[in-house]
Amino acid sequence: MVDIIEIIYLFILIVCSVAAVRMKDLLSSTVVLGAYSLVMAIIWMDLNAVDVAFTEASVGAGITTVLIIAALSRTTRGEYVPGIEERYKTRKARRLKNGALFIVTLCTFGVLVYGTMDMPNFGDPDAPARHHVADRYIEKSHEEVYVENFVTAILASYRGYDTLGETSVIFTAGVALMMLLRRSKS
Amino acid sequence: MMFGLAALAIVVAAIMVLYRGIKGPRVYDRLLAINSMGTKTVILIALIGYMYERPHFLDIALVYALINFIGTIAFLKYRETGRLD
Repeated sequence: MVDIIEIIYLFILIVCSVAAVRMKDLLSSTVVLGAYSLVMAIIWMDLNAVDVAFTEASVGAGITTVLIIAALSRTTRGEYVPGIEERYKTRKARRLKNGALFIVTLCTFGVLVYGTMDMPNFGDPDAPARHHVADRYIEKSHEEVYVENFVTAILASYRGYDTLGETSVIFTAGVALMMLLRRSKS
Repeated sequence: MMFGLAALAIVVAAIMVLYRGIKGPRVYDRLLAINSMGTKTVILIALIGYMYERPHFLDIALVYALINFIGTIAFLKYRETGRLD
Protein backbone atom coordinates (compact mmCIF):
# COMPACT_ATOMS: atom_id res chain seq x y z
CA MET A 1 0.00 0.00 0.00
CA VAL A 2 2.89 2.34 0.82
CA ASP A 3 4.33 1.63 -2.64
CA ILE A 4 1.13 2.76 -4.36
CA ILE A 5 1.10 5.98 -2.31
CA GLU A 6 4.75 6.57 -3.15
CA ILE A 7 4.16 6.14 -6.89
CA ILE A 8 1.17 8.52 -6.81
CA TYR A 9 3.24 11.04 -4.88
CA LEU A 10 6.14 10.84 -7.34
CA PHE A 11 3.62 11.56 -10.12
CA ILE A 12 2.26 14.56 -8.14
CA LEU A 13 5.88 15.74 -7.75
CA ILE A 14 6.34 15.85 -11.53
CA VAL A 15 3.02 17.66 -11.99
CA CYS A 16 3.98 20.25 -9.33
CA SER A 17 7.40 20.96 -10.81
CA VAL A 18 6.10 21.30 -14.39
CA ALA A 19 3.31 23.61 -13.19
CA ALA A 20 5.77 25.73 -11.19
CA VAL A 21 8.01 26.14 -14.24
CA ARG A 22 5.15 26.95 -16.64
CA MET A 23 3.39 29.58 -14.51
CA LYS A 24 3.86 33.20 -15.55
CA ASP A 25 2.95 34.62 -12.13
CA LEU A 26 6.05 34.18 -9.98
CA LEU A 27 4.10 34.41 -6.70
CA SER A 28 1.88 31.48 -7.71
CA SER A 29 4.98 29.62 -8.81
CA THR A 30 6.49 30.10 -5.34
CA VAL A 31 3.34 28.80 -3.67
CA VAL A 32 3.31 25.70 -5.90
CA LEU A 33 7.00 25.11 -5.07
CA GLY A 34 5.95 24.96 -1.41
CA ALA A 35 3.58 22.12 -2.29
CA TYR A 36 6.45 20.44 -4.14
CA SER A 37 8.52 20.49 -0.95
CA LEU A 38 5.70 19.02 1.12
CA VAL A 39 5.25 16.18 -1.38
CA MET A 40 9.00 15.59 -1.39
CA ALA A 41 8.97 15.45 2.43
CA ILE A 42 6.32 12.71 2.30
CA ILE A 43 8.50 10.72 -0.10
CA TRP A 44 11.51 11.04 2.22
CA MET A 45 9.26 9.90 5.05
CA ASP A 46 8.26 6.81 3.04
CA LEU A 47 11.95 6.05 2.54
CA ASN A 48 12.35 6.20 6.37
CA ALA A 49 14.68 9.23 6.14
CA VAL A 50 12.99 11.26 8.86
CA ASP A 51 15.76 13.84 9.31
CA VAL A 52 15.95 14.58 5.58
CA ALA A 53 12.16 14.92 5.47
CA PHE A 54 12.37 17.41 8.31
CA THR A 55 15.01 19.48 6.55
CA GLU A 56 13.02 19.39 3.32
CA ALA A 57 9.85 20.64 5.00
CA SER A 58 11.48 23.38 7.08
CA VAL A 59 13.93 24.64 4.44
CA GLY A 60 11.98 23.88 1.26
CA ALA A 61 8.44 24.78 2.32
CA GLY A 62 9.32 27.25 5.09
CA ILE A 63 12.45 29.32 4.63
CA THR A 64 12.79 29.14 0.83
CA THR A 65 9.23 30.42 0.38
CA VAL A 66 9.93 33.33 2.72
CA LEU A 67 13.21 34.15 0.97
CA ILE A 68 11.68 34.03 -2.53
CA ILE A 69 8.78 36.24 -1.41
CA ALA A 70 11.32 38.68 0.09
CA ALA A 71 13.16 38.71 -3.25
CA LEU A 72 9.86 39.27 -5.12
CA SER A 73 8.95 42.16 -2.83
CA ARG A 74 12.23 43.85 -3.80
CA THR A 75 11.95 43.14 -7.54
CA THR A 76 8.86 42.42 -9.62
CA ARG A 77 6.16 39.81 -9.46
CA GLY A 78 5.56 38.98 -13.12
CA GLU A 79 7.72 37.16 -15.60
CA TYR A 80 8.73 39.00 -18.80
CA VAL A 81 6.19 38.13 -21.50
CA PRO A 82 6.99 39.20 -25.08
CA GLY A 83 4.33 41.08 -27.03
CA ILE A 84 2.20 39.44 -29.74
CA GLU A 85 4.26 40.73 -32.69
CA GLU A 86 7.58 39.82 -31.16
CA ARG A 87 6.20 36.40 -30.28
CA TYR A 88 5.04 35.81 -33.85
CA LYS A 89 8.38 36.93 -35.28
CA THR A 90 10.45 34.61 -33.11
CA ARG A 91 8.18 31.58 -33.08
CA LYS A 92 10.29 29.61 -35.54
CA ALA A 93 13.55 30.45 -33.76
CA ARG A 94 12.01 29.48 -30.43
CA ARG A 95 10.81 26.17 -31.80
CA LEU A 96 14.32 25.45 -33.10
CA LYS A 97 15.83 26.35 -29.73
CA ASN A 98 13.33 24.19 -27.83
CA GLY A 99 14.03 21.25 -30.13
CA ALA A 100 17.78 21.54 -29.58
CA LEU A 101 17.28 21.77 -25.82
CA PHE A 102 15.01 18.72 -25.88
CA ILE A 103 17.67 16.68 -27.71
CA VAL A 104 20.40 17.77 -25.25
CA THR A 105 18.20 16.91 -22.27
CA LEU A 106 17.33 13.53 -23.75
CA CYS A 107 21.04 12.75 -24.29
CA THR A 108 21.87 13.73 -20.69
CA PHE A 109 19.01 11.55 -19.43
CA GLY A 110 20.34 8.62 -21.45
CA VAL A 111 23.87 9.07 -20.08
CA LEU A 112 22.56 9.25 -16.50
CA VAL A 113 20.45 6.10 -16.94
CA TYR A 114 23.49 4.35 -18.43
CA GLY A 115 25.49 5.45 -15.38
CA THR A 116 23.00 3.92 -12.93
CA MET A 117 23.12 0.49 -14.61
CA ASP A 118 26.32 -0.55 -12.77
CA MET A 119 25.00 0.51 -9.38
CA PRO A 120 23.92 -2.08 -6.78
CA ASN A 121 20.20 -2.63 -6.23
CA PHE A 122 18.18 -0.21 -4.11
CA GLY A 123 18.62 -1.10 -0.42
CA ASP A 124 21.14 -3.90 -1.10
CA PRO A 125 22.90 -4.67 2.25
CA ASP A 126 26.05 -5.91 0.48
CA ALA A 127 26.62 -2.69 -1.46
CA PRO A 128 30.20 -1.35 -1.18
CA ALA A 129 28.99 1.96 0.26
CA ARG A 130 27.67 0.09 3.30
CA HIS A 131 30.97 -1.66 4.05
CA HIS A 132 33.59 0.98 3.36
CA VAL A 133 33.89 2.55 6.82
CA ALA A 134 30.46 1.78 8.29
CA ASP A 135 31.58 -1.53 9.83
CA ARG A 136 34.30 0.15 11.80
CA TYR A 137 31.97 2.89 13.04
CA ILE A 138 29.44 0.30 14.18
CA GLU A 139 31.93 -2.02 15.89
CA LYS A 140 34.55 0.35 17.32
CA SER A 141 32.94 3.77 17.81
CA HIS A 142 31.89 3.03 21.38
CA GLU A 143 35.38 2.12 22.58
CA GLU A 144 37.10 4.81 20.51
CA VAL A 145 35.00 7.90 21.34
CA TYR A 146 32.66 6.71 24.15
CA VAL A 147 29.49 8.01 22.50
CA GLU A 148 26.35 5.85 22.56
CA ASN A 149 24.91 7.05 19.24
CA PHE A 150 26.84 6.28 16.01
CA VAL A 151 25.52 9.28 14.15
CA THR A 152 26.62 11.66 16.88
CA ALA A 153 30.01 9.93 17.09
CA ILE A 154 30.54 10.27 13.32
CA LEU A 155 29.39 13.88 13.10
CA ALA A 156 31.07 15.22 16.23
CA SER A 157 34.24 13.13 16.39
CA TYR A 158 35.27 11.24 13.23
CA ARG A 159 34.19 14.12 11.01
CA GLY A 160 34.65 16.82 13.63
CA TYR A 161 36.68 19.18 11.45
CA ASP A 162 34.16 18.78 8.63
CA THR A 163 31.32 19.72 10.98
CA LEU A 164 33.30 22.67 12.33
CA GLY A 165 33.86 23.91 8.75
CA GLU A 166 30.18 23.53 7.88
CA THR A 167 29.10 25.37 11.00
CA SER A 168 31.48 28.26 10.38
CA VAL A 169 30.30 28.54 6.76
CA ILE A 170 26.66 28.74 7.90
CA PHE A 171 27.55 31.21 10.65
CA THR A 172 29.43 33.45 8.18
CA ALA A 173 26.50 33.31 5.75
CA GLY A 174 24.09 34.25 8.54
CA VAL A 175 26.20 37.20 9.68
CA ALA A 176 26.62 38.42 6.09
CA LEU A 177 22.85 38.18 5.47
CA MET A 178 22.09 40.13 8.66
CA MET A 179 24.51 42.86 7.57
CA LEU A 180 22.97 42.99 4.07
CA LEU A 181 19.32 42.95 5.10
CA ARG A 182 19.34 45.26 8.12
CA ARG A 183 17.13 48.29 7.83
CA SER A 184 18.95 51.57 7.26
CA LYS A 185 18.34 54.46 9.67
CA SER A 186 17.54 57.01 6.96
CA MET B 1 -5.09 -2.28 5.91
CA MET B 2 -7.34 0.23 7.60
CA PHE B 3 -4.52 2.77 7.76
CA GLY B 4 -3.61 2.05 4.14
CA LEU B 5 -7.15 2.78 2.94
CA ALA B 6 -7.23 5.97 5.01
CA ALA B 7 -3.88 7.04 3.52
CA LEU B 8 -5.18 6.34 0.01
CA ALA B 9 -8.24 8.50 0.71
CA ILE B 10 -5.93 11.29 1.89
CA VAL B 11 -3.88 10.95 -1.31
CA VAL B 12 -7.03 11.26 -3.44
CA ALA B 13 -7.99 14.37 -1.46
CA ALA B 14 -4.46 15.75 -1.99
CA ILE B 15 -4.83 15.27 -5.76
CA MET B 16 -8.15 17.16 -5.73
CA VAL B 17 -6.59 19.98 -3.71
CA LEU B 18 -3.57 20.07 -6.02
CA TYR B 19 -5.90 20.54 -9.01
CA ARG B 20 -7.20 23.74 -7.40
CA GLY B 21 -3.64 24.72 -6.52
CA ILE B 22 -2.46 24.51 -10.12
CA LYS B 23 -5.64 25.59 -11.92
CA GLY B 24 -6.80 28.18 -9.39
CA PRO B 25 -7.43 31.45 -11.21
CA ARG B 26 -6.20 33.65 -8.37
CA VAL B 27 -3.18 33.34 -6.16
CA TYR B 28 -5.38 33.13 -3.04
CA ASP B 29 -6.95 29.88 -4.30
CA ARG B 30 -3.47 28.49 -4.72
CA LEU B 31 -2.42 29.61 -1.25
CA LEU B 32 -5.47 27.98 0.35
CA ALA B 33 -4.87 24.80 -1.64
CA ILE B 34 -1.24 24.60 -0.55
CA ASN B 35 -2.23 25.24 3.05
CA SER B 36 -4.67 22.34 3.07
CA MET B 37 -2.05 20.26 1.28
CA GLY B 38 0.18 20.87 4.30
CA THR B 39 -2.60 19.66 6.60
CA LYS B 40 -2.93 16.50 4.52
CA THR B 41 0.82 16.03 4.76
CA VAL B 42 0.58 16.10 8.55
CA ILE B 43 -2.17 13.48 8.59
CA LEU B 44 -0.36 11.32 6.05
CA ILE B 45 2.83 11.36 8.12
CA ALA B 46 0.87 10.19 11.16
CA LEU B 47 -0.74 7.41 9.10
CA ILE B 48 2.59 6.31 7.62
CA GLY B 49 3.96 6.16 11.17
CA TYR B 50 1.21 3.73 12.15
CA MET B 51 1.69 1.72 8.95
CA TYR B 52 5.38 1.27 9.73
CA GLU B 53 4.46 0.62 13.40
CA ARG B 54 6.51 3.57 14.59
CA PRO B 55 3.93 5.72 16.39
CA HIS B 56 6.51 8.32 17.43
CA PHE B 57 6.13 9.74 13.92
CA LEU B 58 3.18 11.50 15.57
CA ASP B 59 5.59 14.00 17.20
CA ILE B 60 7.13 14.73 13.81
CA ALA B 61 3.65 15.31 12.38
CA LEU B 62 3.02 17.84 15.16
CA VAL B 63 6.20 19.74 14.31
CA TYR B 64 5.15 19.75 10.63
CA ALA B 65 1.90 21.40 11.68
CA LEU B 66 4.00 24.10 13.35
CA ILE B 67 6.15 24.66 10.23
CA ASN B 68 3.16 24.68 7.91
CA PHE B 69 2.04 28.29 8.36
CA ILE B 70 5.40 30.12 7.95
CA GLY B 71 5.07 30.49 4.18
CA THR B 72 1.43 31.57 4.51
CA ILE B 73 2.31 34.30 7.02
CA ALA B 74 5.11 35.61 4.80
CA PHE B 75 2.78 35.59 1.79
CA LEU B 76 -0.01 37.45 3.62
CA LYS B 77 2.41 40.03 4.97
CA TYR B 78 3.72 40.60 1.45
CA ARG B 79 0.17 41.06 0.11
CA GLU B 80 -0.79 43.42 2.91
CA THR B 81 2.22 45.74 3.01
CA GLY B 82 4.09 44.96 -0.20
CA ARG B 83 7.30 44.15 1.67
CA LEU B 84 8.49 41.73 4.30
CA ASP B 85 10.65 43.74 6.69
